[in-house]
Amino acid sequence: MNIRRNTNIAEAIDDGTLISARGLTKVYDTGEVKVHALRGVDLDIKNGELIVLLGPSGSGKSTLLNILGGLDRPTEGEVIFRGETLTDFSDARMTKYRRHHVGFIFQFYNLVPSLTARENVALVTEIADDPIAPDEALDMVGLADRMHHFPAELSGGEQQRVAVARAIAKRPEILFCDEPTGALDSKTGVHVLEALEDVNRRLGATTLIITHNVGIADMADRVFRFKDGRIDSIEIVGRRRKPSEISW
Amino acid sequence: MSFISAIDRKLIRDLIHLKGQALAVSIIVACGVAIMVMALGTLSSLQQSQETYYDRYRFADVFATVKRAPDSLARRVREIEGVRVAETRISRYATLKIEGFNDPANALLVSVPDFGEQILNRTLMHTGRWPDAKRPDEIVASKSFVDAHGFELGDQLTAIINGRARLLTIVGIGDSPEYIYTLGPGNLLPDDKRFGVFWMRRKALEAAFDLNGAFNDISLVLGRNAKPNSVIDELDRILAPYGGLGAYLKEDQLSNAFIESEMNQLKNMAKIIPPVFLLVSAMLLNALLIRLIATERQQIGLLKAFGYTSPEIAWHYVKLALAITLLGIVMGFGFGAMLARLMTNLYGDTFRFPVMIFTFSKSSFAFSAGAAIIAAVAGALNASLSAARLQPAEAMIPAPPESYRRGPIQKFSARLPFDEPTRMIMRHLVRWPGRGATTLLGVAAAQALLIGTLFMFDSLDVMLDTFFERTDPYEAMVNFVEPIGSNAIEELKDLPGVISVEASRTVAAKIRHGPRFERAGIIGLPGNAVYKQILNENDEVFPVPEEGLTLSSQLAKMLDVGIGDQLTLEILEGRRPTIISPVTAMVNEYISSPAYMNINRLNQHLFEGEVVSGAFIKLDPSQSDQFSKAVLDRPVIASVTLQSAAIKSFEDTLEDTISIMMSIYAVIGGAIAAGVVYNAARISLTERGRELASLRVLGFTRHEVSYILIGELVILVLLALPLGCLFGAALAYVFGQAMSSELFRIPIVIEPATYGVCALIVLVAAIGSAVLVSRRIGQLDMIAVLKTRE
Ligand SMILES: Nc1ncnc2c1ncn2[C@@H]1O[C@H](COP(=O)(O)OP(=O)(O)OP(=O)(O)O)[C@@H](O)[C@H]1O
Ligand SMILES: [Mg+2]
Repeated sequence: MNIRRNTNIAEAIDDGTLISARGLTKVYDTGEVKVHALRGVDLDIKNGELIVLLGPSGSGKSTLLNILGGLDRPTEGEVIFRGETLTDFSDARMTKYRRHHVGFIFQFYNLVPSLTARENVALVTEIADDPIAPDEALDMVGLADRMHHFPAELSGGEQQRVAVARAIAKRPEILFCDEPTGALDSKTGVHVLEALEDVNRRLGATTLIITHNVGIADMADRVFRFKDGRIDSIEIVGRRRKPSEISW
Repeated sequence: MSFISAIDRKLIRDLIHLKGQALAVSIIVACGVAIMVMALGTLSSLQQSQETYYDRYRFADVFATVKRAPDSLARRVREIEGVRVAETRISRYATLKIEGFNDPANALLVSVPDFGEQILNRTLMHTGRWPDAKRPDEIVASKSFVDAHGFELGDQLTAIINGRARLLTIVGIGDSPEYIYTLGPGNLLPDDKRFGVFWMRRKALEAAFDLNGAFNDISLVLGRNAKPNSVIDELDRILAPYGGLGAYLKEDQLSNAFIESEMNQLKNMAKIIPPVFLLVSAMLLNALLIRLIATERQQIGLLKAFGYTSPEIAWHYVKLALAITLLGIVMGFGFGAMLARLMTNLYGDTFRFPVMIFTFSKSSFAFSAGAAIIAAVAGALNASLSAARLQPAEAMIPAPPESYRRGPIQKFSARLPFDEPTRMIMRHLVRWPGRGATTLLGVAAAQALLIGTLFMFDSLDVMLDTFFERTDPYEAMVNFVEPIGSNAIEELKDLPGVISVEASRTVAAKIRHGPRFERAGIIGLPGNAVYKQILNENDEVFPVPEEGLTLSSQLAKMLDVGIGDQLTLEILEGRRPTIISPVTAMVNEYISSPAYMNINRLNQHLFEGEVVSGAFIKLDPSQSDQFSKAVLDRPVIASVTLQSAAIKSFEDTLEDTISIMMSIYAVIGGAIAAGVVYNAARISLTERGRELASLRVLGFTRHEVSYILIGELVILVLLALPLGCLFGAALAYVFGQAMSSELFRIPIVIEPATYGVCALIVLVAAIGSAVLVSRRIGQLDMIAVLKTRE
């Protein structure tokens, strides 16, 4: 198999830290009220880690993920990715960052309706430097036989797996998943999580999963608990469980 | 308590939200309205100016020229039933020598009564006084001529009147309703430096032309119930023994005919162009509302659930269309008024009205507003009714996701070697053919409109080229005071700079075919003529046939004759013979409607031996000044026209007008293209915002995402261009036909360069507006997209 670990990351950062945040705050100024979505977040995520982010609704999880993923900028604080300060990047460099280093998976799949499963994956591989072939990526998420279906012809779980294949096909260094199973029943959810777990192990992609599902925490290396715009606690999980062993 | 109902507030918010698109449609409506207001406003200004002038200075109803008729004949003319006023006068050409101006110039000398002023075709005196009856060398000169030379009262110039040089003094500056459009002999356009009208006392002209107690020109005003045609018949009968050249109505009076033809063109412009704009605006309103209603499905369901009736819902959306149109109408009024003023001023340079009265045609406002409103309702109706038909329960469920399914086309396209963004473009196009068609047709309409208007400059080129290079390639044209023996030609050959001379003999005639008749000049040319040539239907030069009459196709149409038909020619000069002659050839002429005959054959018919009335001359260009000086000393010459001067004056006169008109057409044509593309892009952006923002999340750059949005439009625009060329050619044909008149015919010629320029204007406008919209891709909210389900 031609799937390799990304070696350049380990060379770049000695202590294995891929991405860090320092003093992140985010204030939404909606005119009358100021909403403090983040109130000083510090974190370090190591290469290859699988992190689960838990927390009540409105606690700022998505806000954090968007900032780490280069979709949004913090009000204060900085994000350092492989030694570079992401928060100083221009818009164009932010786009490059997303393009070459980051994979996203969202609650609502966000597939392009006019492209088939395979073409949705190809959409990303065409602009990536060293991608996995679309067919292979779809094979990894167990959708080889649905390659030529349009999104409207796929179930929610299948669509989400296409989204996973699309996110991993560029061999991202880091994968951000915002409630990837939020719209799915538990059986389909497990399929998607298995795909994520598999990618994390085989490609070594650092993975950050936001969920409301406490059970999912069992598959993580570490669990961040979020509360009121801060990390409330960090739990190190001794043994990662397989998604199939998780119940919810 | 609020004065605006909640649903109207929604309407206002919708409008504000759609402001860019709404404005684009408004601008297109505005262009259509503006053109109608401009054309009809200019028309009414021309009409008003003309009517006032004609009225106050008593422009005549009937005109006739005669060789020489005794004054006493006027009484008999006044007795014709229907004639209210008749006035005789003397009117002849003279050549001019002007200090410091080398080119030969001509003047029309028109008599005024020895005491007082004219009764008809009166002279408007700008400054100065009437000539003293005792001083035969005083003149009132036409203002445009005086202005062109910078003359002042008291200035003098030499005229060669009937062979004798006379020093004339300008004592007054005037104008007349007969010469609003002043064309010199052989000229295509007014040339104020080389042609003027001089009014002189009758006694002075009687003496100069040996017309004591006689006249050579008569004008009539008819009573309300007069039958113009029977007056003309009677007048011709009375004048015939004295060399009457055929009376004509004011419709055929040259200056008036030009004004009428211009007014006719304005009328046609108002009829043909605005509908194109309104059609496009209706299509855009339709597309815009369909899109809006799709996004507002759930709101509509809600409103219906609350108890709003179907008509209320439909009216709500029609109102939106009307609001957009109303804005367009108001802008169109303003823009149209501005253009009307500009056009009226332009006409003021060509048409010498003493005052250009600027009026608005009230009906043009009502008409254009009415048409725009009808177009708006037509465009909005279909979409609005579909909104009204939505069932509340059904509408509350979100519209099913865009379903692309595997069909034969999709399967085929999957195999094409496109990158995925290109595939997205293709699939979207195939998925929404109706919307693509709107954009395609809209852009094609813009292109068609550009071609349909700008082609006229090609036509003009062809007309001029044909005239100056092919049919009339002489350097100088001379008309003799009277038909004269052919030894005059030899005399001309001796003048400095003359390389060769070709004789011509022109006679006035009434050409009859059955009940139809037309007055026309029959031009006699030698069979081997090269300085004045005729062209067949394929635009090839051919010699004037030895036998029979050659008709311009326009004249043939008016007489309803074809080749081989026999015509009766009543010659109005000399011995006034009546000739039966067949039509042996047809010629294509863009300007005027003449007939031709072999000069020898014509002279045989006239029993006059070898007689000429004019000549076409080839010159050595380096000696044209010497020629100009010398030719004026010939005793026999009534007028002389230099072709190079005509070309130059043409360029001078037309350059400004053309560039102004071209810019106006380019701007309005571009506005359609810009509006159509802007709307399509905005609709696409709203509809696909989610998809495009998702691509931004995935790391696609702004440019790459813009490509998807713009690529689709580029394809549509490129497809629209050939279609637009086709429509444009059709529109040019319709327009050319509508603009043609007896005075000139517009050849339908569209140069490749014109297609190119029009395509370029469309492309620039389309790309400009697409880029404007694609700038919004940078502002797409990537995060909002992730939070919501479709
Ligand atoms: N664009 C915005 N404008 C104003 N406030 C916002 C905006 N986006 C988020 N917020 C607020 O910021 C806070 C954090 O939102 P965020 O979406 O990060 O929460 P979350 O933890 O992801 O919640 P959930 O689990 O419901 O997705 C919330 O109080 C939210 O209302
Ligand atoms: Mg969230």
